[in-house]
Amino acid sequence: MSLIQIRNLDVRLGGNTVLRDVSMRVEKGEIITIVGPNGSGKTTLLRAIIGAVGSSTGQVEKRAELRIGYVPQRLQIDVTLPMTVRRFLSLPRPVSDTSAEEVLTDAGVGNMVDRQMVRLSGGQFQRVLLARALLGRPELLLLDEPTQGLDQPGSAAFYRQIETVRQNRGCAVLMVSHELHVVMAASDRVICLNGHVCCHGAPGQVAKAPEYRALFGTGTQGALALYQHEHTHSHHHESDG
Amino acid sequence: MIWLDSFLVRALLAGVGVAISAAPLGCFVVWRRMAYFGDATAHASILGIALALTFSTSIFLGVLVFSLLMAATVSGLSGRGYAMDTVLGVFAHCALAIGLVVASFLSDVRIDLMAYLFGDILAVGKIDLVVIWGGAGLVLLLMWWRWSALLTATLNPDLAYAAGINPRREEFALTVALAVVVAVAIKVMGALLIVALMIIPAATARPYAKTPEHMALIATIIGALSAVGGLQLAYSFDTPTGPTIVCLSAMLFALSTIGGLIRGWVNG
Repeated sequence: MSLIQIRNLDVRLGGNTVLRDVSMRVEKGEIITIVGPNGSGKTTLLRAIIGAVGSSTGQVEKRAELRIGYVPQRLQIDVTLPMTVRRFLSLPRPVSDTSAEEVLTDAGVGNMVDRQMVRLSGGQFQRVLLARALLGRPELLLLDEPTQGLDQPGSAAFYRQIETVRQNRGCAVLMVSHELHVVMAASDRVICLNGHVCCHGAPGQVAKAPEYRALFGTGTQGALALYQHEHTHSHHHESDG
Repeated sequence: MIWLDSFLVRALLAGVGVAISAAPLGCFVVWRRMAYFGDATAHASILGIALALTFSTSIFLGVLVFSLLMAATVSGLSGRGYAMDTVLGVFAHCALAIGLVVASFLSDVRIDLMAYLFGDILAVGKIDLVVIWGGAGLVLLLMWWRWSALLTATLNPDLAYAAGINPRREEFALTVALAVVVAVAIKVMGALLIVALMIIPAATARPYAKTPEHMALIATIIGALSAVGGLQLAYSFDTPTGPTIVCLSAMLFALSTIGGLIRGWVNG
């Protein structure tokens, strides 16, 4: 059975139809990337899955007792809020030191338990968010533009981390991205969203689809190649961002 | 309990009760940037007092009802075409103005407005002590019960949803706690300076705290010290209690900031 099955989902927010007739499913262990222009309802779709927004019609069907790990878009911790990485991992439910260390290591940020969240670099911060999402041994990871604010090598490194996590843990990944070129090579399937599902399929297929080109132009083919080039020459510049 | 016959002892006990409930709540006010929201809630209490005196009902009840009404109104109006800042600016000042005008009509009731605006050391009776500690206990219980959920919702609403927490419900819990603290604090602190006793101890604690709990604990100690010291100073110098307590906590804040700067400088 699919982890998630969405059937004919409509979401209206403040009088606007944000999503209409969206149907999709997430299978065990696959990486799906949702791409789409700003305001195309990508974040709303993830929020509908976690139950933060209700549907007008249609349904989001989750497999019984599906464990979901969620990495939100733009988590801004106020500088007035003191928060160590360790404490952050124990929100809202306390976790053991062992599992805290384990998820941090899996996310590529071991030895950071005592650091203050507001002092982390962009890349470290996103990895701590990823670590927190891994705590409940999720079968599905939801990531909403997880590399926002990271530079390109930083993003590429982060997506490789996600691939590693998928390999180690076998969880499915559903993520939203605007960095098509960076993400596509790492995805099993791409869903192109613009209020409705424009097209979907394997990354190469989608990149060639006329609906996709109508939204994003044809330039991304070259960018896809650029990413593959970078993939082998990454320098791990993740301190800035 | 004969020692409760001393008005200073009663005021001190009231001050400590108010401070230990205001400080942890104040941390959330700081983290969530709700200072202005707190002010609006507190200012609405003047209208509550005026009407409570008109209809001879309990001041505590009047303040509680109007603080809650204000909080609900402002929450309801936010995100409907007005910036939160503007909504709060309109409502906080209107509530205060209307409250003061209504109070001025109460010529037959001898109302010492200064006492309600700035606090009065003589105002705390034995019944008030019960109400203050009852309210403070309620707020502390609520905070203790919802602490993790509140923190998660404060970090990020969607993070809360994903963990099965409804951030709007947590927000509501905070709003209620805020109204209760305003209601129990009004006699000691006065309507104009209640929020200061929430924010200043929290801000003073910030440079020395590593975790949210740590910050709430330090803020509580600082708040209680300010209340006890401030009340005694107010007694010695015959000054209004609210401003005196706030002056003392402001001094602690200045010391803490300087201390924090020196520490940062020493540690490079």
